[in-house]
Amino acid sequence: MTGAASLQPVPSRSDAPVKFQVRDLVRRRTSTSGTKVTAVDGVSFDVHQGEFVCLLGPSGCGKTSILNILAGLDRQNSGQVLMDGKPLPGPGPDRAVLFQEPALFPWLSVRANVELALKLVGVAADARADRAMHWLRNVRLERFADAQPHELSMGMRQRAALARALACDPDVLLGDEPFGSLDAQARELLQDEVQRVWVESENTKTFVFVTHNVREAALLADRVLVMSAAPGRFIEEVRIHAPWPRKLDDVLVARVVSEIHELLMEEVDKTVERETPP
Amino acid sequence: MNAKRLRRELTPPLTGIAGLILVWALLAALTSTRSIPSPVDAWRALWRGIADGSIPTAAWKTLVRLAFGFGVAIVIGTALGFALALNEFARRAVRPLVVALQITPFIAWLPLAVIWFGATERAVVFVTIMGAFPSMTLATIQAFRQVPPLYSRAGQTMGARGWTLYREVLFPAALPGYMAGLQQAWGFAWKALMAAELIVAALGSSGLGNLLEDAKNNVPALAATVAVIALIGVAVDYLVFGVLDRRIRGKRGLLQV
Repeated sequence: MTGAASLQPVPSRSDAPVKFQVRDLVRRRTSTSGTKVTAVDGVSFDVHQGEFVCLLGPSGCGKTSILNILAGLDRQNSGQVLMDGKPLPGPGPDRAVLFQEPALFPWLSVRANVELALKLVGVAADARADRAMHWLRNVRLERFADAQPHELSMGMRQRAALARALACDPDVLLGDEPFGSLDAQARELLQDEVQRVWVESENTKTFVFVTHNVREAALLADRVLVMSAAPGRFIEEVRIHAPWPRKLDDVLVARVVSEIHELLMEEVDKTVERETPP
Repeated sequence: MNAKRLRRELTPPLTGIAGLILVWALLAALTSTRSIPSPVDAWRALWRGIADGSIPTAAWKTLVRLAFGFGVAIVIGTALGFALALNEFARRAVRPLVVALQITPFIAWLPLAVIWFGATERAVVFVTIMGAFPSMTLATIQAFRQVPPLYSRAGQTMGARGWTLYREVLFPAALPGYMAGLQQAWGFAWKALMAAELIVAALGSSGLGNLLEDAKNNVPALAATVAVIALIGVAVDYLVFGVLDRRIRGKRGLLQV
């Protein structure tokens, strides 16, 4: 590795078609003080169909910016993003997003939130209730279907958001640190839930999650792309061969966690060396 | 609602009203001038006014004007506010003018209104509209601008765009702020209408404000009319907007427990 050089894309499930092809992505944004900040500085990577990729990096490394671009919510300043070989379209139900906050609509019951997602993709009115309940059962919220979101705990809300995201059978699930604000127990539940959904999709669904939690990345991902501090670039790619379903205390997962930690420490050392005059 | 809760809800406001009447009665008894009627005199005058039909007739007339003036103010304020929420240039161009209108005491429009429409019902309604629509406009702008961007982004990722995004996400998200605006605009409309009716005396005794003008030498009748005006204002505020507001915000978990 030559410092913070951007990583060359390495195909993972090389037999699977490329879902997202990202090249030389640059995203600048205006900070609250009005200055232009480079959030993402020329990153390139591929995500293959059916992969579970985690973008791992410290706060402010631009990983959320990358996710918002993949979701179609923000545009890059330069660089190219292709989905299925074509320029990335605007936001749509083919790419469901789990935000940091559950983002449920507070004026709708939990069930109605899921039903709205189905309505927006054109599911007939009489089919919505069954499908919504199916997904609420899947995240074990069927008893809370008629509750309002504010009546649920944070973890339950994020589970409802997961049901809403999955109800429309999206090709892609994007997660923007969706479990960051949850307590340990709720987080573990959701991590299990997400693993199960991804495994059950048998490599038809592509998951891209961003996180700053090394253990979470090691637990969930096929492949972890480790990012440097701002402006964000990739410093390393880690493949995880552990079988699913995984637990945090699996030997392989634990080994990957310590490997990534080492990598991050090296990066810190390099940064210190660079910034210390000889 | 059970009896216990009803009592808990109603005891504080009823205590307040009883306190007010007590202070009023003491004041009337201690000063014993004719310019402060006792609550009993006012109560009698109120019954007389209701019995001879003058208060109900006047109240009805007033409420019809109000419905019309407030209705027009809602339509203008909502449409303008929505348009200004959508377009930043238009908002920056027009919003200061609306703020100026909002700050201008509505009664300042009355002389102009009388020149334009004569001392007529139209002038009164015009002042009501001018009293209510600026605050309705500003509240509508605010209601839309306060919608968390996250809702809009979530809606877009679910496939909502254009009109659908407004119908399914932005309108319901803006509703609590909009309702608060309605409640405030109602207060402005009611005050503007009363002031205009009081001054435009040429309309005869056909509204509550005119009743005040007619009764200016009859102190108990004046007090009774003021009480009716206050009562209608509070009743609409509580029973219409208060109830709607509690329902809307309660459902969203926005009420403080």
